[in-house]
Amino acid sequence: MTGPNSFFGPIDPAPDAGYEDPPARKGFFTDTSVCIGCKACEVACKEWNDVPENLFAMLGTSYDNSHSLNANQWRHVAFIERPAESKPLVSLGMPTVGATPTELPEEEKPDFRWLMSSDVCKHCTHAACLDVCPTGSLFRSEFGTVVVQDDICNGCGYCVAACPYGVIDRRKGPEGDPKVGIAQKCTLCYDRLTDGQTPSCAQACPTESIQYGDVEELRARAEERLAALHERGVSEARLYGNDPEDGVGGTGAFFLLLDEPEVYGLPPDPVVTTKDLPEMWTRAAVAAVAMLAGAAASFLRRR
Amino acid sequence: MAEAHPVGFQWVVEAQKRGARVIHIDPRFTRTSAVADKHVPIRVGSDIAFLGGIVNYILSNELDFREYVVNYTNAAVLVSDKFEDTDDLDGLFSGFDPEKRTYDPTSWQYDVEDESGDLHKSQANGSEEHAEHRETAAGLQNEAHGMQTASHPRRDETLQHPRCVYQVLKRHFARYTPEMVEQVCGVSQEDFLDVCRAWTENSGRERTTALVYSVGWTQHSVGVQYIRTGAILQLLLGNMGRPGGGIMALRGHASIQGSTDIPTLFNLLPGYLPMPDANKHHSFTDWVDSVRNPGSKGFWSKADAYAVNLLKAYWGDAATADNDYCFDYMPKITGDHGTYRSVLDMIDGKVKGYFLLGQNPAVGSAHGRAQRLGMANLDWLVVRDLFEIESANFWKDSPEIETGEIVTEECATEVFLFPAASYAEKEGTFTQTQRMLQWREKAVEPPEDCRSELWFFYHLGRMMRERLAESTDERDRPLLDLAWDYPVHGEYDEPSADAVLMEINGYDVATRRPLSSFTEMKNDGSTLGGCWIYTGVYADGVNQANRRKSRHEQSFVAPEWGWAWPMNRRILYNRASADPEGRPWSERKAYVWWDDDAQQWTGADVPDFEKTKPPSYRSPEGADGVEALEGIDPFIMQGDGKGALYVPQGLVDGPMPTHYEPVESPFRNPLYAQQANPTRKEYRRDDNPMNPAPPEDHIDVFPFVFTTSRLTEHHTAGGMSRYLEHLAELQPEMFVEVSPALAAERGLEHMGWCHVVTARSAIEGRVLVTERLRPLKVEGRTVHQVWMPYHWGSGGMVTGDSTNDLFGITLDPNVLIQETKVGTCDVRAGRRPSGAALREYVEGYARRAGVTDHVYPPIVTVPDGDTASDDPRAPEASDDRHPPEEDE
Repeated sequence: MTGPNSFFGPIDPAPDAGYEDPPARKGFFTDTSVCIGCKACEVACKEWNDVPENLFAMLGTSYDNSHSLNANQWRHVAFIERPAESKPLVSLGMPTVGATPTELPEEEKPDFRWLMSSDVCKHCTHAACLDVCPTGSLFRSEFGTVVVQDDICNGCGYCVAACPYGVIDRRKGPEGDPKVGIAQKCTLCYDRLTDGQTPSCAQACPTESIQYGDVEELRARAEERLAALHERGVSEARLYGNDPEDGVGGTGAFFLLLDEPEVYGLPPDPVVTTKDLPEMWTRAAVAAVAMLAGAAASFLRRR
Repeated sequence: MAEAHPVGFQWVVEAQKRGARVIHIDPRFTRTSAVADKHVPIRVGSDIAFLGGIVNYILSNELDFREYVVNYTNAAVLVSDKFEDTDDLDGLFSGFDPEKRTYDPTSWQYDVEDESGDLHKSQANGSEEHAEHRETAAGLQNEAHGMQTASHPRRDETLQHPRCVYQVLKRHFARYTPEMVEQVCGVSQEDFLDVCRAWTENSGRERTTALVYSVGWTQHSVGVQYIRTGAILQLLLGNMGRPGGGIMALRGHASIQGSTDIPTLFNLLPGYLPMPDANKHHSFTDWVDSVRNPGSKGFWSKADAYAVNLLKAYWGDAATADNDYCFDYMPKITGDHGTYRSVLDMIDGKVKGYFLLGQNPAVGSAHGRAQRLGMANLDWLVVRDLFEIESANFWKDSPEIETGEIVTEECATEVFLFPAASYAEKEGTFTQTQRMLQWREKAVEPPEDCRSELWFFYHLGRMMRERLAESTDERDRPLLDLAWDYPVHGEYDEPSADAVLMEINGYDVATRRPLSSFTEMKNDGSTLGGCWIYTGVYADGVNQANRRKSRHEQSFVAPEWGWAWPMNRRILYNRASADPEGRPWSERKAYVWWDDDAQQWTGADVPDFEKTKPPSYRSPEGADGVEALEGIDPFIMQGDGKGALYVPQGLVDGPMPTHYEPVESPFRNPLYAQQANPTRKEYRRDDNPMNPAPPEDHIDVFPFVFTTSRLTEHHTAGGMSRYLEHLAELQPEMFVEVSPALAAERGLEHMGWCHVVTARSAIEGRVLVTERLRPLKVEGRTVHQVWMPYHWGSGGMVTGDSTNDLFGITLDPNVLIQETKVGTCDVRAGRRPSGAALREYVEGYARRAGVTDHVYPPIVTVPDGDTASDDPRAPEASDDRHPPEEDE
């Protein structure tokens, strides 16, 4: 069962973190079925948050030259080119870099699909990065979001290992940037929320693929959208991160995907890495007691 | 649309959410295709065949919206019995003059009731006139003016007469069968018929379908006829002038609609008045009468008023009835002053100076090398831009510096680079693709020396007038007599954009009361106005373009957001949304209708019709102009008030669209012996070679088809994106998209280098192998299409070769737009040669392709004296190499 300070299970993160009477939890619902891959979200985020350049290199992964979320990329649009029929799990239907020539003659190739999705920090209900941060730099805001305090972070990097999605990272460059060495990620535009405004990416998104609002309301909206798509015959549509029973307690930023999460580079069954901590400590304690008991017993026997 | 208009595309997504079906027809699978319900890959350059196939489908199956077609289009009108179609003449129409390569449209005209058989006065009298039209891109005028034709031609309301437009159209498109579409376009019959069914089933009384296109349609040697085919389709299905229907032309820049309304085109004046021509218009009356077309219907009959008001706006008090409102001061054109003509004249040393304002032809115009060589031969060049674009520093950094064709120390062009204010640093209106004007406030002062265009030209004019103030030379009077007294404000004396908008709107000279409508314009000099179609933007002294009422607080038409010309009519020709009796075609699609009690037109939008003219109105004998427009003439700008399925006069290349191959193509035209547009504009010179096309030899030297378009991340010639970190890092390198099959054929490695070659140049880029490009089966063989973005140049944070260096200059004859959406090329693995070796390499290709100095293949490929050949692939008769032709 989930109690206070639980590491897993459904909870409301802000009250659980100690806020009395916080506002409704805020988050993103990203409907990737209407994403047109314009990258306005990437640019708006960088403009508002003064995030410096990332890679400046063509990667060849379709139109994605940002690669992934990291300290210099807080919104990342993935582009996946694939045939419409999902290949069976056995034959590794993973997206490849570039397209390999196939033997199928042109007329028989299955219909082509180009999936696009804007990825972002999930603002997990149970956020491992938050759990392991030794300095208290990472904190839970009154909006239920997870935010890094740049001036407190000591760059230890524990959070980087802890995140099940590989989102948070320490900034590596460009040289001379004041935040080099510091952990950086999406803040859900905390500074805009405190002024009653919408996060930059959601504000910029032209097709309302990124929707900002109360998580509860967004989840209801997502269910409706999912139902509408299923009715239209888009059977591959599914929600990701909306379930409070999942391994991270559900996420503040959740998605409507048109294929398996792995296709988008997302873990299929993320679990907060600190989930087993109580059990681990308990076992460690039992092991310690057992060791002490064994040591004591060996001394007693001697006499 | 999602690539180039992501913000506008939100409305397509919204429509989709409400149940609309989105079909995307494009050579390549783009970000639009990714969210569309269906993508139809098509061979670039074959759209007329595709659309023609749909026209044939509609006419063969009688799926046209009959009541709409009979009443609102010229379907019932009879065509002259002298007319011969492309079927009869193997791809030509009757009246072709092979010398001038234009048509005498006499045989195309309507069969008129006037027994004298006199041609309507305004109609082009011969092929020479059409040749002039080609020079001056007169098609642009006709686009806005509509056809100026006789107002009462003979008709057959049953649409059965063999010479009625409906039947002529049917015969013309009879060849465009689903099999033909599959052969020519590479579109499967299944896909094609799916589109036909979807389009026709969603049109009619209860439903309408919208056609959306952008420059992938216009930048062809038959670009105007592409649009025409779309118009024919939408007219046959009754979609024009109706909500959710129509044709949306997506324009390429935020205010480019404004740049044709208040024009930056050589042959137009504000409001689409044509520039006077020094050879034809020796007096004000000559000029105005050429626009007015006495005898035809419509609002161009008031052209004298529009012209007087414009001249008075220019010359203020100096313009009076006595001096014909300073008509003699107006600059006049003498022929082709288009951008390509001008650049070639620069190469020839005939043009000495150039102003480039937010334009980067070194990267953005066809035939980059010609652009740069032209600029290198100028005396002076003024560039106003946000960054040091390639067109400003070609003299020290360009492909020609690399090849040694331009030597910095020897280049005599004096370049003046002025920093420009960006859009947020100046105020004024933008006019976007829906003819809507939106006022923009200045958000922040421009930094340091950056200034707006308004500031630049106002002060340039002011300083020039000060210099010439003491002059007694008659030649200086036009400049000195200009009305140039705009109020200025601020630290730098910024002219008031508000005052300019007021002047454009127009006002009563004595009282300065702003005009509310162009109908208030007088032809006696008592009113002035810079642009008659914009009159009303300052109605009642209120800046209507600045209105920002939320759409949630008004009807779905949202008339109180911004202001659309003319008269805030949001859908043009919306009289067509009601039936001949004035009732909506259906409740669901009710838009504008006749209120019999109030005796006026009413509805959701401003009626695009005289408010109190009833549907039952028929014009009296001998009436013309506005009076001749009847209650069932929704197309009020056309000479006969009807939508044109067939255009008897006004288009250089024919009254109906015809499939011609692109000028550079690996395929012989399977429909006719005439290969490509016979009337196209060409500049035949050694520095503008074209790749060979059938029936010429050596087409295997450039065996692939290539096309270009935009990426969302960059903006056109890259001047506004390559210099910005956040945008540059999104797409940091120039690349070439190829299909896996082509990559295998040419040994191209994903993310390796390749180069693309044409007779003009070779450029390199990274290889992006993708299944989004499919080889198509056309005429029994596989054709590979290659795609490149054209955003790169030598400047900025991310640099690369310019795709437009690959194209030569060949233009649509009606509007002089360049064919930059299709060409042939070769693709090879590895980087291109650099330095002088590049020119040798390209010249080697040209030689192998049979491209020789001073020798040009014939443009007319119909066998001489054999006008009805059964086999369009019949070999050419004897010597087909014409002597060199200077195309003037």
